[in-house]
Amino acid sequence: MHFLRELWDNVREFVTTVGSVALFFGRVLAQLPRAFLRPSLVVEQVHNTGALSLVIIMTCGLFVGMVLGLTGYDLLQRFGSEEALGTAGALAVVKELGPVVTALLFAGRAGTALASEIGLMRATDQLTAMEMMAVDPMRRVIAPRFAGGIIAMPLLTVIFIAIGIFGVQLVGVQQFKVDAASFWSQMRSSVGLDDIMEGVIKGCVFGVACSLIAVYEGYNATPTAEGVGRATTRTVVISAVLTLILDYILTAIML
Amino acid sequence: MSSNATSRKPEPQTAQDSIVEVRDVHYSIGGRPIFSGLNLQIQRGRITAIMGPSGTGKTTLLRLMTGQIRPDSGQVLFDGIDVSNLSTRDLYALRRRMGMLFQNGALLTDEDVFENVAFPLREHTDLPEALIRNIVLTKLQSVGLRGAARLMPAELSGGMARRVALARAMATDPEVLIYDEPFTGLDPISMGMIVRLVRQMNYALGITSIVVSHDVEELSILADSSYIIAGGKVAASGSFVELKDHDSEIVHQFINGLADGPVAFHYPAPDYYEDLLAG
Repeated sequence: MHFLRELWDNVREFVTTVGSVALFFGRVLAQLPRAFLRPSLVVEQVHNTGALSLVIIMTCGLFVGMVLGLTGYDLLQRFGSEEALGTAGALAVVKELGPVVTALLFAGRAGTALASEIGLMRATDQLTAMEMMAVDPMRRVIAPRFAGGIIAMPLLTVIFIAIGIFGVQLVGVQQFKVDAASFWSQMRSSVGLDDIMEGVIKGCVFGVACSLIAVYEGYNATPTAEGVGRATTRTVVISAVLTLILDYILTAIML
Repeated sequence: MSSNATSRKPEPQTAQDSIVEVRDVHYSIGGRPIFSGLNLQIQRGRITAIMGPSGTGKTTLLRLMTGQIRPDSGQVLFDGIDVSNLSTRDLYALRRRMGMLFQNGALLTDEDVFENVAFPLREHTDLPEALIRNIVLTKLQSVGLRGAARLMPAELSGGMARRVALARAMATDPEVLIYDEPFTGLDPISMGMIVRLVRQMNYALGITSIVVSHDVEELSILADSSYIIAGGKVAASGSFVELKDHDSEIVHQFINGLADGPVAFHYPAPDYYEDLLAG
């Protein structure tokens, strides 16, 4: 009986949270057009979430690609089809690893920064002060940051993919001497525009999800040191889980 | 006081001389009543102090006045407009007529002093940059911090941060300035500066000031009239001299800072010996 009650409470809490995130999303979307009317605020946020994440995204992209090169080569040479490494590596990076790993890194680097920044603004009364100055924090603080996130994330995904493929090539062609011509030509003939679109669409969806979670958690953080810390942690955990769930759904739809 | 407020006719909303009026406000948080029938009026163009022991809901009262929260029942009128019934858009329009100074200043930490003061101007007006610069420097000059225009909030002392916040609150020339605990945690010099500034702002610019605090000494110099809130109601009101001679026990305890009185030293607890033996 006790177990059932606890289960019911958890379900109810989950539904309430989903509802309040949806309402929050609606409020952000309503302010989004006005955020784009002040491009300087959005550009600043694209810089904060995008440009400042570049180094970590590029480094990880390179190593993910190189690992893929190693394992892919090992697997394919057992069947004597090393030339397919270009296709295999590119498809894996473009469709799956690119968007997913970028989203996980984005949540860890940009999402936490957003959540803690907004949470601290809440804790130090800055958001209330804005409301008292008749400035809506949703419009001035939340919407530009969300806009910055959804612009930066697909761009980062594309960069990750490009560097990742370079990594596959580095190991496959440079180290294991797979024939460069067949590596590239097989990749070009078998990776279509729809594959690339799948990666970009995933990047966009993950961008919306991760940015929304980050600004929501920051905005609703308990205004204490512990509360901001918890909001930051929740941002990473929820973003990561949500990314993987969404990835399955999107892959199933676009297969 | 309360009989005075309730005997007023509801229409026209407020008398000419009172800009904020709280009428029979009830408010509770989580079932715990904070106000039960609170009545008070803030006179236009004067400095009104709102005092009371910690935890009596002074800050809650400010939040009611500025429409951040709504009362369970009763009215909060700002210049005749019921704050609690406004849409967000109208509320924001009304708030442009108020300035509020937060306890810790609440400056935007990623902008420098100049940009903090310029913030409301940039958000609400399309003034040319040269004019914004002039206004900001004038406001900073009046709080004595023109030289600190390019410092970041983290580089300011507590008193300086509060003066910057005052300049920012003044930037759009509000009619009412609300100070939430402006003296807390300041050294005597900064405290004296803030007292002087509040007076200057009030009389030189003809605005109305509401100061919420429990620093009896500073308020006795500063305020034209005072309200003491205790037990969810106005316990006493009037000039400082009147309050000093007030016969209510709680007012006597508060004004004279006595440890003994209606506000007990001990938080309510079970019997001491039983509590010790229970372990």
